[in-house]
Amino acid sequence: MGITLHNLRLAYGRRLLMEHVSAEIPTERLTALVGRNGTGKSTLLRAIAGLNDQFSGEIRLNGRPLEALSPRERAATISFVTTDKIRIANLLCEDVVALGRAPYTNWIGRMQEEDRAIVFRSLELVGMADFARKPMDTLSDGECQRILIARALAQDTPIILLDEPTAFLDLPNRYILCSLLSRLAHEEHKCILFSTHELDIALHICDRVALIDTPDLHLMPAREMAASGHIERLFTEEGLSKAALEGMSQLLKH
Amino acid sequence: MTRHTPLFILLSLLLGVLFVADLAIGSVSVSAGEVWAALTGGACNDATRNIILNIRLLKAVTALFAGAALAAGGLQMQTLFRNPLAGPYVLGVSSGAGLGVALFLLGAPLLGVAAHSWIQSLGIVGAAWLGSALVLALVMAVSRHIKDIMVILILGMMLGSGIGSVVEILQYLSNEAALKSFVIWTMGSLGDVTGSRLMIMIPIVVAGLILSIAVIKPLNLLLLGENYARTMGLNIRRTRTLIFLSTILLAGTVTAFCGPVGFVGLAVPHLARMLFRSADHRTLMPASMLLGSILLVVCDLLAKTLAFPINTVTALMGIPIVILVVIRNRNIF
Repeated sequence: MGITLHNLRLAYGRRLLMEHVSAEIPTERLTALVGRNGTGKSTLLRAIAGLNDQFSGEIRLNGRPLEALSPRERAATISFVTTDKIRIANLLCEDVVALGRAPYTNWIGRMQEEDRAIVFRSLELVGMADFARKPMDTLSDGECQRILIARALAQDTPIILLDEPTAFLDLPNRYILCSLLSRLAHEEHKCILFSTHELDIALHICDRVALIDTPDLHLMPAREMAASGHIERLFTEEGLSKAALEGMSQLLKH
Repeated sequence: MTRHTPLFILLSLLLGVLFVADLAIGSVSVSAGEVWAALTGGACNDATRNIILNIRLLKAVTALFAGAALAAGGLQMQTLFRNPLAGPYVLGVSSGAGLGVALFLLGAPLLGVAAHSWIQSLGIVGAAWLGSALVLALVMAVSRHIKDIMVILILGMMLGSGIGSVVEILQYLSNEAALKSFVIWTMGSLGDVTGSRLMIMIPIVVAGLILSIAVIKPLNLLLLGENYARTMGLNIRRTRTLIFLSTILLAGTVTAFCGPVGFVGLAVPHLARMLFRSADHRTLMPASMLLGSILLVVCDLLAKTLAFPINTVTALMGIPIVILVVIRNRNIF
């Protein structure tokens, strides 16, 4: 169960990003995807979500090959929170979350009692039930991100991907959001994979860390990752200040 | 939907009143009672019946369908391209139709084809469809390779400008009579639509409107962008094809029959958003159709009272709305 990569080869244009990558991203775990800029975090997430078919090898979702799933089946298996900003006037939060029910509703998107209950529960899970009737363009970045996570929850998929969900958030909100993701993975039994640049969050809150070390992908429990030496090797560069280097080693000690 | 029901009822009533006013007002004034009599076959004199049924009713029905068609086309374009300033015109669909008509009206006399009025009217329609379909095919071919929606938008605008230049060259080369009939067509007119033409226009526009209702759910998904829409199971290619097809049927047909009626497709969806305070296409689509009909009936009333061409009036009414949208720069997408 979860996401299985087998002998994956991924490129962006002519640039090789990954080769011979095999990994198992398990369910009921929160996995952080980290790597330097341009190493292909988004490209990998898009490939897993079925938005990019420029790969060879195999991607399996809950045991079934990605390409064997119909668009409808895929929508019921995996949901994706992208980096797109949704700031639309007159679009209510509950309507955004309700869109998550699209794979299950009829041609015009009529909501049944069950759909409404799922939308409400999704809003509650992310702590945004009070915002149901507020328009999207009045929310802060953190609130907006939580509504989009509620939308993914309403889609009721065993796998959830998020592309840099913490990018525009301040420090407390980053921790709140990642704790929420961790809780959802464990309590709602989801396989959650998200890309991030926050190494501290990846190492301290997540169960596992997937590190892109072009053209390899190292996937291991967060504690092992901190001790593995991969992070120091990939994230230190000549010219980094002494303070920055000390900060890095502090981070890995915890 | 319940929240919006009173507004829908109000607007429908308004449309009914305006429709009757459109039949009653004109160079010969007819009372509402007489309009009713003429429509229902009651007692009224033949001249009045003739004016109502053969002239004003045709124009008013044309306004009704043309307004709904342009507004539905505009709403689909705006959501598909996530651009508040998109419309059939921006994509080049209207320009394509215009090129078809120009080639026919200006080119046919150059080639010495006799301009019989019946052949001429049929030719305008066929030429407009071909022209808009040609632009559509080109834009679709590009969109298959380039996923960036902005590129398609710019391409549409460039196509529109390029076509405009070609049309100007044609105008320069053509004779006076052909030029005049083309210039009159570019001013737009609801009055040129005869009963038999209306019988062609209505079924095609209705087909386009049914398609635009069929894409309501895909349009709602597209509010969040293509990535979200696709991960929610939307077949993006089929949706694009349906929207493009619907636009051709709506904008191409209306342009063929009424000339390039501008700004309705662009302005009316914004009017619907302002009035209904909704982003849900289950509300916006019927609201845009209703408001499009209302706007065009009002424009027809003004145009005939002031004796202006219809697209002058639609521009004067539509431009303030568009400017308002640009200045307020609300988060529409």
